[in-house]
Amino acid sequence: MTDRSEMFERLKGLIEPFNKKDVAVTDATTFAGDLEWDSLTVMDFVAEVEDSFDIVITMNMQAEIETVGQLVDAVTKLTD
Amino acid sequence: MTDLFSKFDALIAQREGLLATGVKDPFSLVMEKVLSPTVAVVNGNETILLGTYNYMGMTFDDDVIAAGKKALDEFGAGTTGSRVLNGTFQGHKECEDALKEFYDMKYAMVFSTGYQANLGIISTIAGKGDFIILDIDSHASIYDGCKMGDAEVVAFRHNDLEALEKRLKRLPADAGKLVVLEGVYSMLGDVAPLKEMVRVSKEAGAMVLVDEAHSMGFIGENGRGVAEEQGVLDDVDFVIGTFSKSVGTVGGFCVSNHPKFEIMRLVCRPYVFTASLPPAVVACSATSIRKLMHNGNKRAHLWENSRTLHKGMRDLGFQLGTPEAQSAIIAVIMPDLEKGAAMWQALLENGLYVNLARPPATPAGMTLLRCSLCAEHTSEQVADILDRFERAGKAVGII
Repeated sequence: MTDRSEMFERLKGLIEPFNKKDVAVTDATTFAGDLEWDSLTVMDFVAEVEDSFDIVITMNMQAEIETVGQLVDAVTKLTD
Repeated sequence: MTDLFSKFDALIAQREGLLATGVKDPFSLVMEKVLSPTVAVVNGNETILLGTYNYMGMTFDDDVIAAGKKALDEFGAGTTGSRVLNGTFQGHKECEDALKEFYDMKYAMVFSTGYQANLGIISTIAGKGDFIILDIDSHASIYDGCKMGDAEVVAFRHNDLEALEKRLKRLPADAGKLVVLEGVYSMLGDVAPLKEMVRVSKEAGAMVLVDEAHSMGFIGENGRGVAEEQGVLDDVDFVIGTFSKSVGTVGGFCVSNHPKFEIMRLVCRPYVFTASLPPAVVACSATSIRKLMHNGNKRAHLWENSRTLHKGMRDLGFQLGTPEAQSAIIAVIMPDLEKGAAMWQALLENGLYVNLARPPATPAGMTLLRCSLCAEHTSEQVADILDRFERAGKAVGII
């Protein structure tokens, strides 16, 4: 469980520079709806996450990720 | 009942809002007469065409037209069939022979459109468990090819060599990989660093596909495109191209030296399950491709036009997509969609047609007035174009 909350905190840290509206970030926060990110912001953010964890998040995976919680789970799985 | 069209409401509202400001619909323009590769009649006015991708002006070439008329007489109006059934005529083979000679490659496959060439090749060669690595600004036909296939898709930042290299290194070493690049990106008219990108792709064990739609006929020593110009054409596994730009007709193709390439004719669904190009189109295309092999003067004039227009626009104070002319596309960046549409209309009223391009087709949410030059534009026309841009730009308040 601590592993997951650590992962959440790391990703929250990566979200902050892109969080222009200062939305409170929880597992349920959505990227399109709550954070109001456009495709360009999503691309920059994904590149940031990929470089931080040295992983690849394919567009197929991105299509399935709508919330911060889903991203935490996906990155946890990819870095396993 | 849920109205399936409700998902388009935001776009419908945006369009209505735009039309309410008094601009004409930029996406329903009609060419009433076409007088030459560079002049048409629009809304009753003689209009200079600066947004047609008709780079080499082959649409009215005498030999091209004569070949089409002859084929129409001898082979009829259409083929009514797939390339793999009754739809391969002599003209289709002649077209493929012309392409093999043009690119100096062993195999060539002609599709009914350029869109289908990307759709078919990409979706077929990259399958389940394979990876497609593409530039984020890739053309819609490339994205649709990815969507139609079963491969995993990885995007990297536009023209960013380091981003491509990093992603290639993170992928499983033994997985099948296809890197998809474009020679010239059509929105901003910028050229890819193919030399380095092809090298890192090959080092990572990937196959490379390059879409050279916007470079055929005038970039590279033999007009084979950006890969030729940068000296890496031999390392490119598949070149995708189109007839609807420099060739001046319609259709698409893929050329390759892959020894098993011919099997594509049986497994590529956008090739198999559609009717082939009409006889007149393939006859025009084959003639045009052969003429494009020898056209040094026209190429030089197209480059001269592109550089003159680019410099003139810069001097007028317009913001452009590239620091210098890298291709025959000059993209003029508009402050927003409203100003862009107003400028587009002002130009049209001044007898000049350009493409209005807006998101999602454009990168970074930009609104662009995209200009593409033709080797048949005279120097006087180019001067005239700059004059009209200056007048419209001042009237709309952009410069």
